[in-house]
Amino acid sequence: MTGALSDEAAQAWPSDASMADDILVRVENLVKYFPVRGNGLVRRTVANVQAVDGVSLTIPRGKTLGLVGETGCGKSTLARCIAGLIPATSGKVYFEGNDITNLRRRAMQPFRREIQMIFQDPYGSLNPRRRVGAIIGDPFAVHKTASGNDRKRAVQDLMARVGLNPEHYNRFPAEFSGGQRQRIGVARALALRPKLIICDEPVSALDVSIQAQVLNLLADLQADFGLSYLFIAHDLEVVRHVSDSVTVMYLGRVAEHGPGDAVYDHPRHPYSAALLSAAPAADPDSAAQRQRILLTGDVPSPINPPSGCRFHPRCPKAQDLCAAAVPPLETKAGDPATHLTACHYPVEEGEALARAGRREHR
Amino acid sequence: MSITEVQFQATAVEDAPAQAIEGRSQWQLTWRRLRNDKVAVISIVVILLIAAFALAAPLIASLLGHGEYQAFPNTGTNSFGQPVGPGVNGFPLGTDGIGRDLLVRIAYGAQISLFVGLFTTAVAAIFGVSIGLIAGYFGGWVDSVLARIIDAVLAFPFIVLALALAAVLSPSLAIVVGVITFFSWAGISRIVRGQTLSVKEKEYIEAARSVGAGPWRIMFIDIMPNLLGPVLVLATLYIPTAVAFEATLSFLGIGIPPPAPSWGNILAEAQDHYQTAWWYVVFPAAVLLITTLAFNLLGDGIRDAMDPRTERIFAGSKTATRKRDRRNKRGKRRPGLDLDQAILVGEQADLSVDKPLGEGSTTTTGKEG
Repeated sequence: MTGALSDEAAQAWPSDASMADDILVRVENLVKYFPVRGNGLVRRTVANVQAVDGVSLTIPRGKTLGLVGETGCGKSTLARCIAGLIPATSGKVYFEGNDITNLRRRAMQPFRREIQMIFQDPYGSLNPRRRVGAIIGDPFAVHKTASGNDRKRAVQDLMARVGLNPEHYNRFPAEFSGGQRQRIGVARALALRPKLIICDEPVSALDVSIQAQVLNLLADLQADFGLSYLFIAHDLEVVRHVSDSVTVMYLGRVAEHGPGDAVYDHPRHPYSAALLSAAPAADPDSAAQRQRILLTGDVPSPINPPSGCRFHPRCPKAQDLCAAAVPPLETKAGDPATHLTACHYPVEEGEALARAGRREHR
Repeated sequence: MSITEVQFQATAVEDAPAQAIEGRSQWQLTWRRLRNDKVAVISIVVILLIAAFALAAPLIASLLGHGEYQAFPNTGTNSFGQPVGPGVNGFPLGTDGIGRDLLVRIAYGAQISLFVGLFTTAVAAIFGVSIGLIAGYFGGWVDSVLARIIDAVLAFPFIVLALALAAVLSPSLAIVVGVITFFSWAGISRIVRGQTLSVKEKEYIEAARSVGAGPWRIMFIDIMPNLLGPVLVLATLYIPTAVAFEATLSFLGIGIPPPAPSWGNILAEAQDHYQTAWWYVVFPAAVLLITTLAFNLLGDGIRDAMDPRTERIFAGSKTATRKRDRRNKRGKRRPGLDLDQAILVGEQADLSVDKPLGEGSTTTTGKEG
């Protein structure tokens, strides 16, 4: 993966991972439960899918926050709560100090211009019955910022900016390749000059060479417009490449958060360590040396999550305390202040987790 | 801007044609395929001829000098008081029971039939699409209420309602239009509701919401274009139903009140004379049959034209196209789809846009990678 990303791109992303003081978005203790209803005549709520359960994070202005975790850990739900697409069960989302949690549509409208999304599926996220010009021009039409020839010119400027041929204004999404379609999605998100773009696995559906192109484009746009990104992916190398800081989620909670290099080079949460050890390495020598930590069992059901630390049933270091008490997200001894870990028994430098974990050969 | 970026843009510009390329819409593709379907083309021609016949009714009347209500007791009936046959005494299709020109009356009747067919279907489609969109998009109690109303309307015995209305109020064109519309919208609503339920879960609807679009904009600008395919097919098939419905009501004496001519009430009056005057039954019945048949075959053709599965088999290959043409020449048509499968058509029709369509089709330029 790293090999496919060009050197130019690596330079385009700021390498220093220090946290800016200027906070664009602050999420406090966000909770999103999806009710599970019974089959009876009166459809009582019999359980809740605890998709996001008390997540706090901040997105600094002009920087990229990477959000990683397994499928079903609540990454996308969190993103949709921040974007105001689904209502949060509790908790707060602040945008530049304004509480935007669960605003009604009209009240949310000014913030919609500031927060835009790029979706995962370049095929599903573009209406197949509408022309590309209409899709990219939608934000202008909804917010009544440009119409007629002004809108057309603005759309063509956007298309040129994201590397599409402006002459293709009248085409349908089906006439574009996957990478081009994702550029259309980027152009749409860029139309209102937002401050934050939430990228929900923007390159997962693209092949590797196209991934690099889209990532380069996102980097260029960040440099040009001072954008902030919330970058969600399950490709760890992509996240490391683009992110200033990284948040690791497990089953609806934050497991670890910190500057990208700190989390990647010195993971403190056993889950982060296991996740990182599973990522394929481009260098065969280091791949051969590396010890993979094999986790046993499946991710528990978010309807009935484990007590205490949610990772404890699968954790090689788990002890009695882990099942009893929820570990707070805090700075561990020897870490920089920005590196937070939610673990009672964090991984120490040089500790071999693989031996501790029960190995399972199938 | 990185090197890959620059290279990509360079190729894109090289490939760009001199003028803007207009992508082919689903409708343009459907029309191209429809044009190759001989049965559909003939149906369109027949429908246009019948429409011209209806519009020319006053012209026919003035050329013949026979008004639509004008009875000709001397020339129009024979010595026994019976209708005269086609071609006799200057009546091209003969006369009816009291000596009125049958051709003129059928032409005026065509006006009524086509008006009722097109108008009720248009109103039912607008109403049905709106109700279906609202029920499907909002869901919850709105959907529950509307879905029950749709079920109730579909379960209602329409002849009984028409008889009751005609008994309470006197029969009139307005009642005919009202009754037919009332029974047509629910079927369209049900299909639109189902389609809306599936389309509203698509990611592009979420994308529209993230841009800030409101529910009405999403329903009518983002969702509706995705349902127009099945609705068009359904509407084309509802027109002949409405025409036949009007004829049924008029035949039963609860439709268009005589002396105004309608195909249904002409046939009703013809019951007393069919043993002696075959033309009195055959001509109005033939026009009714041809009209409903043409609309049905056209609906069939549109459905086939929008069905990507046939396209998938024949796409691109010239031999296959020729083979299909030959098949059409022999008069063998592909077996038609179920009415219910019209629902599928809209969903899958967008796939057909993906593939080049044989000669002269646009292909995507500036491909990446």
